[in-house]
Amino acid sequence: MPAVQETIDQVKAIDVDQYKYGFVSDIDSEKGAKGLSEETVRFISAKKQEPEWMTEWRLDALRRFQTMEEPNWARVDYPKIDFDALYYWASPKSVEGPKSLDEVDPELLATYEKLGIPLREQEILAGVEPKNRVAVDAVFDSVSVVTTFKEELKKAGVIFCSISEAIREHPELVKKYLGSVVPVTDNYYATLNSAVFSDGSFVYIPEGVRCPMELSTYFRINEMNTGQFERTLIIAEKGSYVSYLEGCTAPQRDENQLHAAVVELVALDDAEIKYSTVQNWFPGDSEGKGGIYNFVTKRGDCRGKNSKISWTQVETGSAITWKYPSCILRGDNSVGEFYSIAVSNGYQQIDSGTKMIHLGKNTSSRIISKGISAGKSSNTYRGLVSAHRKASNARNFTQCDSLLIGQDCGAHTVPYIESKNASAVFEHEATTSKISDDQMFYCLQRGLDEEGAVALIVNGFVKDVIQQLPMEFAVEAQKLISISLEGSVG
Amino acid sequence: MLEIKNLHARIAEDGTEILRGIDLKVNAGEIHAIMGPNGSGKSTLSYILAGKEDYEVTEGEIIFHGENLLDMEADERAVAGVFLAFQYPIEIPGVATMEFLKTALNAQRKAKGKAELSIPDFMKLVKEKAGDLNVTMDMLKRPLNVGFSGGEKKRAEILQMSLLEPSLCVLDETDSGLDIDALRIVSEGVNKLRSPERAMVVITHYQRLLDHIIPDVVHVLSKGKIVKTGGKELALELEKNGYADFIEAA
Repeated sequence: MPAVQETIDQVKAIDVDQYKYGFVSDIDSEKGAKGLSEETVRFISAKKQEPEWMTEWRLDALRRFQTMEEPNWARVDYPKIDFDALYYWASPKSVEGPKSLDEVDPELLATYEKLGIPLREQEILAGVEPKNRVAVDAVFDSVSVVTTFKEELKKAGVIFCSISEAIREHPELVKKYLGSVVPVTDNYYATLNSAVFSDGSFVYIPEGVRCPMELSTYFRINEMNTGQFERTLIIAEKGSYVSYLEGCTAPQRDENQLHAAVVELVALDDAEIKYSTVQNWFPGDSEGKGGIYNFVTKRGDCRGKNSKISWTQVETGSAITWKYPSCILRGDNSVGEFYSIAVSNGYQQIDSGTKMIHLGKNTSSRIISKGISAGKSSNTYRGLVSAHRKASNARNFTQCDSLLIGQDCGAHTVPYIESKNASAVFEHEATTSKISDDQMFYCLQRGLDEEGAVALIVNGFVKDVIQQLPMEFAVEAQKLISISLEGSVG
Repeated sequence: MLEIKNLHARIAEDGTEILRGIDLKVNAGEIHAIMGPNGSGKSTLSYILAGKEDYEVTEGEIIFHGENLLDMEADERAVAGVFLAFQYPIEIPGVATMEFLKTALNAQRKAKGKAELSIPDFMKLVKEKAGDLNVTMDMLKRPLNVGFSGGEKKRAEILQMSLLEPSLCVLDETDSGLDIDALRIVSEGVNKLRSPERAMVVITHYQRLLDHIIPDVVHVLSKGKIVKTGGKELALELEKNGYADFIEAA
């Protein structure tokens, strides 16, 4: 298995707790909108040249936010965030809305190159299509820098652009769907996001179209004291299919940074959306200093019959993760899936899981969650499976496995199950295990070193979920997991 | 090749003394059988050779290829050529047997400064070795030792041994849990690995394994000491009279 070997090599090459993506790009940046106020909201809206209805939508959210209390039910602990000390807007100066690649600041391009994100579209040579082509929307702090393969996708009728552009160019779609899955007042951070969201991606797949390539958005926070408020909206019309992947990294900084995102997915009749996340925000240093607060609301609405939404997430980064990608199974026969690997090391805190809300008839859902805790971290799975009165024959299978490495970490499982329909069948299985000394000794006796042995055992533990990732990212995710656990033994 | 001198060891956790002065010399090409009743320290000896951390050596030394084995970590010993076929092989969920074999082989090659085997070369090698041991492709795709029958587990151990080509093979109760047919397959696998450059230490309760794997020397271990050493006929004698005489002697 080359991935494991590569992992071992990489781990060896790195000193203790080195976050690979922790560099800061020296980019002339414009920062604005400090503090949370009507002025800030108007500033952002003006920057993005938004129509009046959007500005009003934001202001409404702000007013509602100001009446809300921060929730405290999650098993995470952090000092109160001072929303007035944050900047809500930071943009590389050279960027005034996405444009052609030739006009983008070379330093920005270099940043993405360093992160391994392809922004240059591969040429199609003599009719031979290169494999693994992926269209990328690159979001840097508050703005989308560039979106690749737009023209080619357009030919298939697919719209893939930044949400800012979509608000300007496709207002009818945005108006119809924005906030229709995650209402403005859904929760504290979603409401905040609705007021001050900066950029994110917009995807529209027309009826009957199978999106010709993987779509992905790559989020990067660079500026200090700046919150990133991602907003993503994906709409799959009847009978369409799309696979989408997001990745995220941030520089290594001493202070905590806030990323509060809202992602909404809508799948109409017979449509399928596969949404994968490889989250690698800076997790803080070995003392627990710095790192990203990742407070995210992700929800998919299986609005049409026979629709399907599948979430796959690999969470290795962030100081705090608070995230529950969910599915509303509204359409009859709709299917929701959640596959998750959450790795915590150092002082990381993860409270993550999913909600499967069964509303339609014959709906089914599947949850596979693999939590790995090491160091002094805390890792909680929190999930809700519910069947509405009318959700006859709802089916759910949940499996939550936790793996502990070392003595000082914690794993918790908090499943909620509610059934209001007698024909619903919900199954829940949970296990907690440790990498045993016997397993370690066995691997060492065969010649693997300690890190190689942990990598192998962990890769075995997460295999069911890794298999759900798009091929191109599966190997990457395996490597990432091993690197995150580096130094967790011995 | 291997020389154990006055080895004393105890369980690290509670200090229980298990080995009380073992002396053993094994030359390349030889097969030594170690027999003895339950609790005599046979398995402990195999774990100490392989470097398990649960034991503490209080006295004595182990020289392997001229080096002090006790100074080396478990993985270093493996790379140096020590292989332990476990009495109870450990399950590694989610890791296909094939994947495990490849990872182990390449880890050792890398530690020795050799290039990793290419996938086709590796597949060819595994297929050849697996065939001899009646290990099917289906079994190689299953997670290592998970849900394996007793026979499958032991065959998987010997397959690893034949791939990794150690210079010292320690077989801990390899016959336990095997039916007659499985015993024959496993023994044939072991016999195939006999070579002038390789030594084996075969730990067993019963003579029956030694009908298949014929030892050059037989030792009787009792209460942490070797109390008698002889040729292969010693095993037959034990089979007939039991260990009682030796327990008295110790």
